[in-house]
Amino acid sequence: MSIFAAAAAETFQPSDWLFENVWIVPAIMAASFLYILFFGKTFPGKDRVHYVGLAAITVALGFSLATAFMWVTQYEDNQSHGSEASSAFVGEGIVSTVEADEKEESSGASGQGCLAEDNRVGSLQAAGEDEYALGTGLLTDSGELAVEAGEDGKGEGHIKAKSVVRCLEWFSTGSFGGDTAQGSDNLTFNIGTIADGQSIMMLVVVTFISFLVHLYSTEYVKGDRRYVHYYAFLSLFTASMLFMVLSSSTLQLIVGWELVGVCSFGLIGHWWEEKPNSDAALKAFLTNRVGDIGLLVGMIVLFFGAGQTFDIETINYLAVHDGLSQTTMTVAALCLMTAVMSKSGQFILHTWLPDAMAGPTPVSALIHAATMVVAGVYMIGRLYPVFWFGLTIPGSSLNALAFVGALTVVGGGALAFVQNDVKKVLAYSTVSQLGYMVLALGVGAWTAGMFHLFTHAFFKACLFLGAGALSHACHHSFDMKAEMGGLRKRMPVTFATFMVGTLALVGVFPFAGFWSKDEILVGTGGFPSTNANGNYTLLLIMGLIGAAMTAGYMTRVIWLVFFGEYRGHVDPHDPPAVMKYPLIALAGLSVITGFLNFPSDWFGGLGTRYGLKFEQWVEPGGGSTFPVIGHGDSNLALAVIASLVGIGSAAFVWNYYQKLYAKDPNATEVTDGLRSRNKAAAGGYALLENKYYLDHLYEGAIADGTKGPLARAAYWFNQNVLDEIVNTAGRTSTVLGRFIYRFIDQGAIDGSVNLSGRGASESGGLLRKVQSGRIRQYASLMFGAATVLAAVFIVAI
Amino acid sequence: MTEFLNDWGISLMVFLPLVGAVLLAFVPAKDEESIKLVALVASLATAAVGVLLIWNFDFDAAQTLQYDVNTGWIDIVNARYHVALDGISLPLIALTLLVVPLVIIYSWNHIPAPGNPKVFLMLILVLHTGMLGSFVAQDLVLFFVFFEVVLLPMYFMIGVWGGEDRLYAAIKFFLYTLFGSALMLVSFLALYWSAGSTTFDMVELAQEVAARDISLTTQVLIFGGMFLGFGIKVPMFPFHTWLPDAHTQAPTQGSVILAAVLLKLGTYGFVRIAIPILPEAAVEWAPWIGLLSVIGIIYGALGCLAQTDMKRLIAFSSVAHMGYVMLGIATLTSFGINAAIFGMVAHGLITGMLFFIAGSIKDRYHTLEIKRLGGLLVQAPRMGWILGFCTMASLGLPGLAGFWGEFPAILAAYNPADGVSQTLFRVYMVIAAIGTVFAAGYLLWLLQRTAFGTPSEEFAEDPEITDMVATEWISWTPLLILIVVFGFVPGIIFGITNPAVIEGLQALSQGAR
Repeated sequence: MSIFAAAAAETFQPSDWLFENVWIVPAIMAASFLYILFFGKTFPGKDRVHYVGLAAITVALGFSLATAFMWVTQYEDNQSHGSEASSAFVGEGIVSTVEADEKEESSGASGQGCLAEDNRVGSLQAAGEDEYALGTGLLTDSGELAVEAGEDGKGEGHIKAKSVVRCLEWFSTGSFGGDTAQGSDNLTFNIGTIADGQSIMMLVVVTFISFLVHLYSTEYVKGDRRYVHYYAFLSLFTASMLFMVLSSSTLQLIVGWELVGVCSFGLIGHWWEEKPNSDAALKAFLTNRVGDIGLLVGMIVLFFGAGQTFDIETINYLAVHDGLSQTTMTVAALCLMTAVMSKSGQFILHTWLPDAMAGPTPVSALIHAATMVVAGVYMIGRLYPVFWFGLTIPGSSLNALAFVGALTVVGGGALAFVQNDVKKVLAYSTVSQLGYMVLALGVGAWTAGMFHLFTHAFFKACLFLGAGALSHACHHSFDMKAEMGGLRKRMPVTFATFMVGTLALVGVFPFAGFWSKDEILVGTGGFPSTNANGNYTLLLIMGLIGAAMTAGYMTRVIWLVFFGEYRGHVDPHDPPAVMKYPLIALAGLSVITGFLNFPSDWFGGLGTRYGLKFEQWVEPGGGSTFPVIGHGDSNLALAVIASLVGIGSAAFVWNYYQKLYAKDPNATEVTDGLRSRNKAAAGGYALLENKYYLDHLYEGAIADGTKGPLARAAYWFNQNVLDEIVNTAGRTSTVLGRFIYRFIDQGAIDGSVNLSGRGASESGGLLRKVQSGRIRQYASLMFGAATVLAAVFIVAI
Repeated sequence: MTEFLNDWGISLMVFLPLVGAVLLAFVPAKDEESIKLVALVASLATAAVGVLLIWNFDFDAAQTLQYDVNTGWIDIVNARYHVALDGISLPLIALTLLVVPLVIIYSWNHIPAPGNPKVFLMLILVLHTGMLGSFVAQDLVLFFVFFEVVLLPMYFMIGVWGGEDRLYAAIKFFLYTLFGSALMLVSFLALYWSAGSTTFDMVELAQEVAARDISLTTQVLIFGGMFLGFGIKVPMFPFHTWLPDAHTQAPTQGSVILAAVLLKLGTYGFVRIAIPILPEAAVEWAPWIGLLSVIGIIYGALGCLAQTDMKRLIAFSSVAHMGYVMLGIATLTSFGINAAIFGMVAHGLITGMLFFIAGSIKDRYHTLEIKRLGGLLVQAPRMGWILGFCTMASLGLPGLAGFWGEFPAILAAYNPADGVSQTLFRVYMVIAAIGTVFAAGYLLWLLQRTAFGTPSEEFAEDPEITDMVATEWISWTPLLILIVVFGFVPGIIFGITNPAVIEGLQALSQGAR
């Protein structure tokens, strides 16, 4: 216990009406959905139905910003007032949290989840006598790390905020006979909200991006055949996402998770008249369902591991305090990872994400770049102790989660090179960036992962909405080669904002992506003297390769869209104001959000005062429901290397297109390049063009195989085996019945009279009756069999 | 009032539809409006009595048999007229009380060929009595009688008002089920003899079996007979082959009642009769029931994928869905059985809705061949959206009723009752979880092929294809609302069933400890 106590962060309990009532935010959006659903069609002038959605999202955004402001204020107040404010100090362990709970019993909020403290102690004791034993390597590892973190002077002096949890009883039902955490015949399930740095950060991101998308859509989707439906789904999506983010139990998280998936289905298939769109919607939903197997199983494993509870804080608490077995955590982490792979587009379940671009572009920005796809990342962050201990993240050099992330960074980046559709490039870029987030969480850099989620939301939304502006101008096409080129002069605002988004994505100093990506690279611990949680050198290299790829494919996009000669047939212009201002706002944020978490040893005194604010506000205090994690030291050399790699790659691509332009101003690719001369290069290109043949495998082999041969075989079995058994048995017993009737009954008794009277024609008639007389077949079979079984019973008893 | 309900409430509810059927016999066949009205009033009066019963039901004591009436009936075999209501019966009674009036409303302008609403509605009312009676009977003989009463009207509904191959389907349905009930009856008799030949009362039998030292083999054999009887009704793989034929051929009303209520008679039998009376045998049978359930889940889904007919596809989906219900029951835990009862209600609402929709599509397009459909959302947008909603509910979307039958059943399989192999059930759990992907696959594929896209040339200009009509709105809205309500407030059902389920499992938990 001592090491944990020493390493645990000092905490305070924030409290405010806002934190306890964050449920209002999703509730507003749900109300908006219901209103649009039922009254949208009859809304005065149904092309103005967006007023409802806009009003709702504006209120939700205001509420979220107020909540975030209050959170930050309370945090900062507690730092300046120092120790006297830290009334609830968790370092003493459970006893003091009980006291803390007693102090604020009136509010119903508790820093420790929905279950009463004494029950948790009970289940901890049930989990084993050596609950606080420090003999295992795992604990020692993190213990040492924690000490390091204390020594390097970063974790010290900050009083972390505890989460504010509020729950209501949802329902209760039967049990499993054994001892439950709640110790009764019934299991009670709660529904509630968690307000902490992580969820409040997501509230702000989701409502903000959603607000801009609502605004942008008023122009972009104007006059659409299903305008009302579109806004209804936007509201529902926002509500579901917020519901998921605020979940206090894993069950609730599953509900939100799936609801988000359904909205995605509805919006991808928005133009369902065309088959490719509904195909894409189906593909997204089904791929996510595959991952959901992992989600369901993983959550079930955690449910039983944690003493039959879905409560997130309890699960985390038990994971940190050795209350969950290693096997439970490993199995759960691996299962949940499958869910992340599908939802957050990780290799090899990422294939739905690029297809999802079939939906309207603002939706792509909202759902498939900034919010829904990060649900998986968010879930890892939410249940981080399970992953941290389950996958043995600290002190290691490779684990499944981090590897999947790194593979996605590289694999997704490579695919972005061969797309001609600007939205598809951005889609693969999203896949790749999500890989960075998962990689970060996989190597133990929790804050870096969350920070990248935060910054990525802004610059990727900026890019997607920019792509929407391009398509809006270029005849609803996204084809960079056929319809674009040289647009920088015709669409200067779009060009400028797109450029800022690109710089942020590529990670050029001082744009947002630079800071978050740099932290992830530091977090791998692969670079000398970064002192992160492990030594993931291989993954650092993959991360750097990914950075080079990002710079390369984005340079290609910039060149093809904005430079060279215009290749389309219309006269493109910058979009109108409601589309332009969201772009400008997002571009602005793509510049400044990075400074929310710049390293504390940069810029002298400025760094110590204002650095790492994101980490301080968002990362929970370690030791209670969060592992004590180390933060790598920022390293100037690594930052320079990463920047040089990116710049080099961009320069190479730029040079390629410059040469091409010099030869032929209208060319978009070299026709006699490496591909035509080198077989390996041609093969590699074909591999990329066919998306590693994964779609062939999934759709051609697995899906069609199931729908076709397998389903048909099962049905054939049904009709020709199962049913045939019944029919044959019926036929046989009819024949038997006839035989008995004819030769025994009629034969013996009546036979002597008219044995000779039977003619051949009569037997023919009989045979026909046998074949058509299904009624009698069944009857005789059923009653025959029943008689036999009755006999068996009578003999047996 | 309360006294009257206590003594006569259940009997009144059960036999009111029968009275209605008799009254119908005196209405001239020409006067269709009056016929429909009488039938509707009868079913609504029944529902009103039911609501009164539910209103006065003591939910804090849902485990006790309430409105208990127990009088002599066939004294020579000690069969008694014993009816009562508890937490297990109540949700199913409520489902029946809801579905039948809706079906009658739907019949207002959807009487299937060859017409004759008088007899058609009489049959529905007789069916109503049989179903209600089965859910309140507390005596095995009485249960058996009601169970059989259900059979005949459904046989005639399929055989007379069914599709092209109706005769085959009707006979198959009748004999298959009769075969099962014959075995069931044999089991009941065996139980009677081995438990002292004094009673057919379910509660007393459970006590007798617990008190006497009946050999496990005998128990297992008796359970086996019940298993076949109830399993065919559910239907469980491999006894399901009557279901697709019956559903496909049955008129819409028949399909809805079949899916919503009749199938539940089988699962109800397990929960009410087989497990409480023979808990030790249930433990022996559980792995096999679980196995057949998960086979049913995957197999039913594959069967769905192979279908070219919409109605037949929905019928096959019942095999898969009832697999989840049976998996919940096979865990023999109160959690699992609660999930199963929830699953029964949810399946009743959702699949009932899907059959309603299929019927209405057939009315408009005169075909249910999936290949020829398409673009429903263009031609009948509201119906298309309702179809989309119901497929989402059917595939177990959280927030809608289907989820609470499916996920808790999967959860329960992780940790079955003592004495049942944990490893085996965890394998079942994973298979059942995989089944959810298949469910999404066939349902969304169905949605894509029928609702999305543009109408085929054949139907593009067809004036008969209209959006929802009034009777459809009236009969569907309650179901749709309940699907959402139960999805968000699952406690409504769990709270009612739980005490009774725990009571029913008491013999099991006492035996195991």
